[in-house]
Amino acid sequence: MDFASSPETVAFRREVGEVLGEYLTDELWARVKQTGTLHDWNLHRAIADRGWLAAALPESLGGQGRDAEALSALFGELEQAGAPYDGVANSMTLAYILGQIGSDFHRQTVQSALLSGEATIALGYSEPESGSDVAAAATRARRDGDGWVINGQKVFTSVAEEARWVFLLTRTNPDVPKHRGLTFFIVPLDDPGVEIQAVHTLNGKRTNITFYDDVRVGDEWRVGEIDGGWNVMMVALSFERGIAGGWGGGLHLYEHAAAHARSGAVDADGRALIESTAYRAQLMRTLINNEVAELLAQRAAWVASSGALPGQEGAECKLFATEAYVAAARGLHDALGPSAVLQNGDADGPGAAVIEQAYRGAPLATTLGGTSEIQKNLISERGLGLPRPGRVG
Amino acid sequence: MPVDLALSDDQQAVAELAATFFARESTIERIRAAARLGHDQRLWDALQQTGLVSMSLGEEVGGGGVGLLEAVLVAEQAGHHLAPVPLVEHIVAARLMERHRAALPADELAAVVSGDRIATLAIRPTVDGVARLVPAGAVADHVIVFDPDTGTLTLWSGTPSGRALANVADLPLADRTSAGSTVIELASGQQARAAFAAAVDEWRILTAAALVGLSAAALELGVEYVKRRHQFDVPIGSFQSVKHGLAEFPGRIAGARLLTQRAAWGVDGGVADNPDQTDPSRQAPMALLFAADLAIDVTYRTVHYHGGYGVMEEEDAQLYYRRAKGWPLLLASPDRELEHLASVVLGPKGGS
Repeated sequence: MDFASSPETVAFRREVGEVLGEYLTDELWARVKQTGTLHDWNLHRAIADRGWLAAALPESLGGQGRDAEALSALFGELEQAGAPYDGVANSMTLAYILGQIGSDFHRQTVQSALLSGEATIALGYSEPESGSDVAAAATRARRDGDGWVINGQKVFTSVAEEARWVFLLTRTNPDVPKHRGLTFFIVPLDDPGVEIQAVHTLNGKRTNITFYDDVRVGDEWRVGEIDGGWNVMMVALSFERGIAGGWGGGLHLYEHAAAHARSGAVDADGRALIESTAYRAQLMRTLINNEVAELLAQRAAWVASSGALPGQEGAECKLFATEAYVAAARGLHDALGPSAVLQNGDADGPGAAVIEQAYRGAPLATTLGGTSEIQKNLISERGLGLPRPGRVG
Repeated sequence: MPVDLALSDDQQAVAELAATFFARESTIERIRAAARLGHDQRLWDALQQTGLVSMSLGEEVGGGGVGLLEAVLVAEQAGHHLAPVPLVEHIVAARLMERHRAALPADELAAVVSGDRIATLAIRPTVDGVARLVPAGAVADHVIVFDPDTGTLTLWSGTPSGRALANVADLPLADRTSAGSTVIELASGQQARAAFAAAVDEWRILTAAALVGLSAAALELGVEYVKRRHQFDVPIGSFQSVKHGLAEFPGRIAGARLLTQRAAWGVDGGVADNPDQTDPSRQAPMALLFAADLAIDVTYRTVHYHGGYGVMEEEDAQLYYRRAKGWPLLLASPDRELEHLASVVLGPKGGS
């Protein structure tokens, strides 16, 4: 039993921290605040230049061959810093998928541009009528000569405003069980049939609804088999599971909330927060849950590194870390007292702003990436062996 | 090497030995029979034979020479099976006695190492010379106490009353004084303070381990019941609200287990990425707070899912519910324990 990360991970984590320290400038924060875009080109290219977008690819495919522990550390650092990293995550996910099942065309045309940091990609899974039930996707791809014509819409297509392509889940067969009639395409977002509409979420971030009106793509843009989209989805999920996310946000929140109190900040009635029993207690609850969330993430990475798929471990980590984050955001907001309602930016100290925004952003944590209810279904049914609804046990 | 969460072969063997022993010996019948005193001497005698009592003491005093992590593995099994023996307190006190063995007669230490004599730690400082609500106080031959007025760490050796204060957790609780006991000072001043604090942290870690085991057992009991119990022609475990009510616990149990194991690994000298991750003054209260919260939640949920049966004495769910609440509360209320942790992490209140 050894709770120390490998020296490679420790070194990598330090390097990532240094890059973040250099690139997470006031200008970047101002830009992120103004646009809400979950992406920054300077940071993205700095990460790409160091080969980190290829971190998960095997060395034989030109990647860095880093293990799950290192990848978990990378995303942990990004989350802990509050960095806008959706472009990074999407690029890495697609680079991995195309490395596993992509064609030469995909690798030359898309993967190389993603890995160089020249372009990024958005993910088009959810639709207005299908979120958790992702297999119910209705965006339709029909045969059009040798190619395809696509009609439909996607929601939560984050970074579409900066991306060159979208990785689009479509329905190619409405006559079979829903998960058997899906196909993935890479679709250029500059196609005249694509429309991107901004959607602002309550924590000041921006995502998009994207519309596809007779968008035509050649068959070379299809990824995976026709009607084999569900298997492609499994490949995508296998990349994510060892990097059980959602636990770094709590570190970001704790760091800023603790620093805020240590800086001598007072509440609206002039009382020092560092002396507040409630504030101290809430910091400690947050700290404890952060330690546990990090250990659960380490466990998922450890299982992944053995070659197994950490389905249960990933679900348990995501459920715990995100629910704990919601509780921490509420608890610290409460403990901050009346001035927590203010949206003064940094006027009351960056810590207050982080707590204020965390409260508004918390609901996203337990929803995106698989809702808590989906995780609980997975854990109770596949983990605890409890019977599916309607089954006589 | 990256993080490796696997137990070594030896550690696995210890865990299996403890699991097999307690599963066989700490039966529900014996637990219930021992409820009034909270101690089963025959079980304790049998436990001595396994070597698990002396395992985490030094070889030079006749112990097994392994560390607190191995004791955590055993404590988890003892907690899982609600074993009515003072294993946690005895290990903590024995390790503390070993660290101060220069002050002790050799035969006295040897009897504690073997388990022939039971030792305990009064986990809260004495008040006016009285150690109140001492864990295992009703059955311990030796009690180590810290007096904050004199700043001394002292060993009281005498005859236990054999009578427990009636309590929710069926523990062998009693108040102790030095009356009728031989008294040996083990340490004074800053050394006493530090030694006491470290020993209480070890108690926190082992109690957290026992709570992890109790929680795992309570979850198993709940899962098994809702699979078996049918209402409206289906197992109640197929209802989403019931499933979801149990789904938070595997992650919390795994997390509590890792937090506790890492804390013990740190006491044994393990070094992780950041010193905070293995500092017992931080990790021990964290482990206890987290495990206590978990145990109280899961035992409540299991009692609740047993419906009317959950509140019947003849059913087992309530055994876990009562113990989950009592074990951690012996040290302090959660609010005090949170403030203790805050003092360690943020500095004391009213400080500079």
